Amino acid sequence: MLAQFLQFAMSGLTVGAVYGIVALGFTLIYNASGVMNFAQGEFVMIGGMVTVSAVGAGVPLPLAALIAVIVAASVGVLLQRLAIEPVRDAPPVVLIIITVGAALVIRGVAQIVFGKQLHKLSDFSGDTPLAFLGASILPQALWVLAGTVLIVALVWLFLNLTMLGKALIATSANRLAAKLVGINISFILALAFALSAVIGSAAGILVTPITFTYAEVGTLLALKGFAALVLGGLGSPLGAVIGGLLLGLSEAFAAGYLSSTYKDAVALLLMIAVLLLRPGGILGHAGAERV
Amino acid sequence: MTLHKSLAIAAGLLLGATSLFGGAQAQDIKVGAVLSVTGPGAFLGDPADKTLRMYVDEINAKGGVKGRKLQLVIYDDGGDAGKARTFATRLVEEDKIVAMVGGSSTGTTMAMVPIFEEAQIPFISLGGAVVIIEPVKKFVFKTPHTDRMACEKIFTDLKQRNLTRIALISGTDGFGKSMRDQCAAVNAKYGVEILAEETYGPRDTDMTPQLTNLKAKAGVQAVINPGFGQGPAIVTRNFRQLGFAVPLYQSHGVASKQYIDLAGDAANGVRLPAAALLVADKLAASDPQKAVASAYATKFQTITKEPVSTFGGHAFDGLMILVGAMERGGFDPKAIRDEIEKTKGLIGTAGVFNMSASDHMGLDLSAFKMLEIRNGDWALAE
Repeated sequence: MLAQFLQFAMSGLTVGAVYGIVALGFTLIYNASGVMNFAQGEFVMIGGMVTVSAVGAGVPLPLAALIAVIVAASVGVLLQRLAIEPVRDAPPVVLIIITVGAALVIRGVAQIVFGKQLHKLSDFSGDTPLAFLGASILPQALWVLAGTVLIVALVWLFLNLTMLGKALIATSANRLAAKLVGINISFILALAFALSAVIGSAAGILVTPITFTYAEVGTLLALKGFAALVLGGLGSPLGAVIGGLLLGLSEAFAAGYLSSTYKDAVALLLMIAVLLLRPGGILGHAGAERV
Repeated sequence: MTLHKSLAIAAGLLLGATSLFGGAQAQDIKVGAVLSVTGPGAFLGDPADKTLRMYVDEINAKGGVKGRKLQLVIYDDGGDAGKARTFATRLVEEDKIVAMVGGSSTGTTMAMVPIFEEAQIPFISLGGAVVIIEPVKKFVFKTPHTDRMACEKIFTDLKQRNLTRIALISGTDGFGKSMRDQCAAVNAKYGVEILAEETYGPRDTDMTPQLTNLKAKAGVQAVINPGFGQGPAIVTRNFRQLGFAVPLYQSHGVASKQYIDLAGDAANGVRLPAAALLVADKLAASDPQKAVASAYATKFQTITKEPVSTFGGHAFDGLMILVGAMERGGFDPKAIRDEIEKTKGLIGTAGVFNMSASDHMGLDLSAFKMLEIRNGDWALAE
């Protein structure tokens, strides 16, 4: 019984961690710019794809991962500069549609550059499962979990302890006031996109050995990440991660204890229930204030 | 390398465009194809697209069919059944094709069937499920083995190994669902009992909860995984991760080298029914399929630099059946249809085709080989 529970929990946490990071990426950009960036899943794809290609070309994994993160960050900044910045004052709906379009473009380019097939990355430290109280756990799952904790911690430290991070928070609180105290808003917005791309691609690199990657892998991740975001509370970084983990766990437990056919339905029911009880999400505010 | 690839793709597009719009001559015979060249079904449509192009070129270089050149009109439906239907209408009404090879999946095929039935133009589908040819539709044929045959082949193998109590874990995609239903319909005939069943979404990334449950079920002697795409590779990896010790069977839906690459060492020991094409080099010299399968595999690998998959082979079979019919019956769609139905003893990559008025596929179980993956390569299990 315990072994089964642990197996389900581990499965849910690993999958949920990725949802959480995608949701965190959504949050960073949303807080800074008010844009819901639906190309968030594509950052995850770029992370995985570039790493796979670089490793395939003989680059050692750590360097390949670094290249992937830099590529993703550049794409993030370009997205902000070329697609969002010129129409910054457009209504949110227009901006959302622009990001959907950008996602399609990124996906299409990825299909041409990397091919249409599935790609695989070797596990970082072997694929011999570790036995833990009767459950068997892949070392890569521990990498994903440790990576998630690290990413969340770094984001928290950055936002709360560095001047740049505080500038980002200030911009999201009141753009005009931030401008008046000398914060370079344009730079901060680009930074938010870059940061969001960096963590998205990091998640992509960590999870590719488990899930494989392909040009269209981002579509579903963006959807699940968005669900996690709504569940956790729009605008709350911690809520995003908690929402992701909850979503992953509910899927795994539903598949394990109830029925694998209805596992997605269970996750959606959970979301509806949370929204009925707390319309702002678990850690969100009831109103529309962005913090 | 990637630059080369994209250049090659661009060049290919240009060439395709010129042959579509520039090179058309009045006496060319138009053959249509709607394939899922991009999208989730790309692994089906892409090799089929390449195969059709390279063989139509070869046929034309050798003087065409009865002295007339073939002109290929290919549309990419991206795996979308709605788009497939639109393109099918365009093929019939604007391009005025005489016959069609393709329809990569069961879903896109079934969306196009009514159009070809109404226009009375023969349609050789590359989709897998048995519903395409059962009940028989006058103008619709198919070349891949059916999902029911895959179940029957697996059950035959299970009986021989004396494993009769099994569990199913199937994808909820069209192919996975259809094959699951076929397996659940014919298992009793083979004395095989299904003890437990689980499903997963086609894009799920972790199936350990489902497999944990199957493993906990007492008495399961083997597991069958109907599905295609990434799902079966993840199931295979999770299966080994959990230390599940019973034999694992996959379907012909994963019969490409990509599955072995993705699943890695975990794929070793997995069995699946598939066309002889995958083991062309390992067939006995006396095997009637050896020459055809080896020739196709060599040509495909030389030109595309990609490992051969059975999905391109199905397109090859379809084109050869069509060419044979046109050589015997001329270029009138109805005459072509009649001749396709009379195809006898045609050796293809999937087996020997013997069509009839009641059988619009023409393959029997002997066309399937039971393969086992050993050391990351296909091997004959029998």
